[in-house]
Amino acid sequence: MKTAIVTAEKRVEHITTEVPIMNISNLNVYSKSAHILKNINITIPKNKITVLLGPSGCGKTTLLKCMNRLTDLYSELRLDGTIEIDGQNILTERNRITEIRQKMGLVMQRPYPLPMSIYDNIAYGLKLKGVRDKNVIAEKVEKHLREVALWDEVKDRLKSSAQRLSIGQQQRLCLARGLAVEPEIILADEPTSALDPISSRVIEEQFSKLKDDYTIIMVTHILRQAKRLADYVVFMYYGEIIEHGNAADIFENPQTDILKEYMRVGH
Amino acid sequence: MTLNRKLEESFFKYLSAIVSVLIILVLIHIVYSIIAKGASALSWEVLTQEPKGGFYMGGGGGIFNAIVGSLYLAIGATVLAFIISLPVALFINIYLIKYPRTLIGIRFFLDVLWGVPSIVFGAFGFILLMYMGMRNSLGAGIVTVAALISPIMIRAMDEVLMTIPKGLQEAAYSLGSTKTETAFKIFFRQALPGFATAILLAFGRGIGDAASVLFTAGYTDHVPEKLSDPAATLPLSIFFQLSSPIEEVQNRAFAAAIVLTFIVLIISITARLLYRKK
Repeated sequence: MKTAIVTAEKRVEHITTEVPIMNISNLNVYSKSAHILKNINITIPKNKITVLLGPSGCGKTTLLKCMNRLTDLYSELRLDGTIEIDGQNILTERNRITEIRQKMGLVMQRPYPLPMSIYDNIAYGLKLKGVRDKNVIAEKVEKHLREVALWDEVKDRLKSSAQRLSIGQQQRLCLARGLAVEPEIILADEPTSALDPISSRVIEEQFSKLKDDYTIIMVTHILRQAKRLADYVVFMYYGEIIEHGNAADIFENPQTDILKEYMRVGH
Repeated sequence: MTLNRKLEESFFKYLSAIVSVLIILVLIHIVYSIIAKGASALSWEVLTQEPKGGFYMGGGGGIFNAIVGSLYLAIGATVLAFIISLPVALFINIYLIKYPRTLIGIRFFLDVLWGVPSIVFGAFGFILLMYMGMRNSLGAGIVTVAALISPIMIRAMDEVLMTIPKGLQEAAYSLGSTKTETAFKIFFRQALPGFATAILLAFGRGIGDAASVLFTAGYTDHVPEKLSDPAATLPLSIFFQLSSPIEEVQNRAFAAAIVLTFIVLIISITARLLYRKK
């Protein structure tokens, strides 16, 4: 048991040697009847893929939603603790929450294209950021559609409704839309769960490429996906972080019975 | 399957079929009687002329005053109600979403208002009119009918907005939209086809209502020229002509009913076409 603790500490040290982008300390989330997240303490390293892994209902998505304060939308949730991004506690921020959200692009379980054209879906966020120059907008639309490998499929129908695209295309559009606001962090909540295997693979490939420029925090319950993509793994169970650290360490040498069991069943 | 389950299955199958057919027959019968009685009285003169002397005793002229009055009144009231309803519906779905109890209270209140008989709105409008020292007028009618149809429009819009997935709202926020931007740029567009239905539903209720305009818009044989003029309406035109002992006048009432039904029909078809175009 003692060795387990030592290893866990070593892992924490390993993370802190990376450049941190987000620091979560003593984060607790309560609903009316439940304690959803229990004393979360993690540091998210920059330009890496951090995977939040765990069974359904363990609080992964809630943790992700805390990071850009989408928890504001749920009246029943109460948060305490701190989430620091660039040294600023976003949980106490009142007025600049829209700017903070623009530092993060969100990709959800199912794509939700905005009710407008493909072009405008990408231009929307740019316009909110104050970009007015039409040429700049057109350039960025193309750049980000290329970035998600969607440009060639849609370049002839940029003005048609985004909601008519296939679900895989929609998910890539939503990724492009999030990238267009030039975030530092991409939050992805089971981004492939509604997609067929081929579209899923496309998204995964893009994530691997994107980590050079962005920090990616991805929620998944799929062990194989975590293994393919993760640099760092945060394993959660019933609202608690059970183990976290370097992906290779975690997967080769799980310390807790819960993770061992999860890895055994996950295969 | 056991015999009982089979019986149950066929019982409800035939029951629902019979009831459906009955309802459709009743509708057909209503439309048929209106047309049977009104078609003979329907003429170019009836549609395009104001009532002449002794109209309600069989004199010449038509119901042009009521057609135009009804359209003015219903369009005015729908526009006014829309101006009130849109912000309310968006407000309760964007800002009040964090206060579920208040939300339930407001929805309940609106549902009660929806159920209030229109004569009560008419009485309310009448009191308001007296208080402001005004006569029966198109303006007062518009305000009263707007009050009558606003709860309908708000709740219909509210139902449409409630179907918008939370994920779309989250997507809008995560791109950095403010609440106002989310309301007007995202929710409004997403809900637009549903809103068209809500607006036309309210319009249909407004144009067909007699009790709310009885004391407020009044009645006149002339087309109103300003908001302070009294205005005739089709439902009241039907009422006054049906009250006449003369059959010819009664048939003109049915002609007015055909016109009213036709207007509502056109509105519904337009609504559907708009919806499909999306």
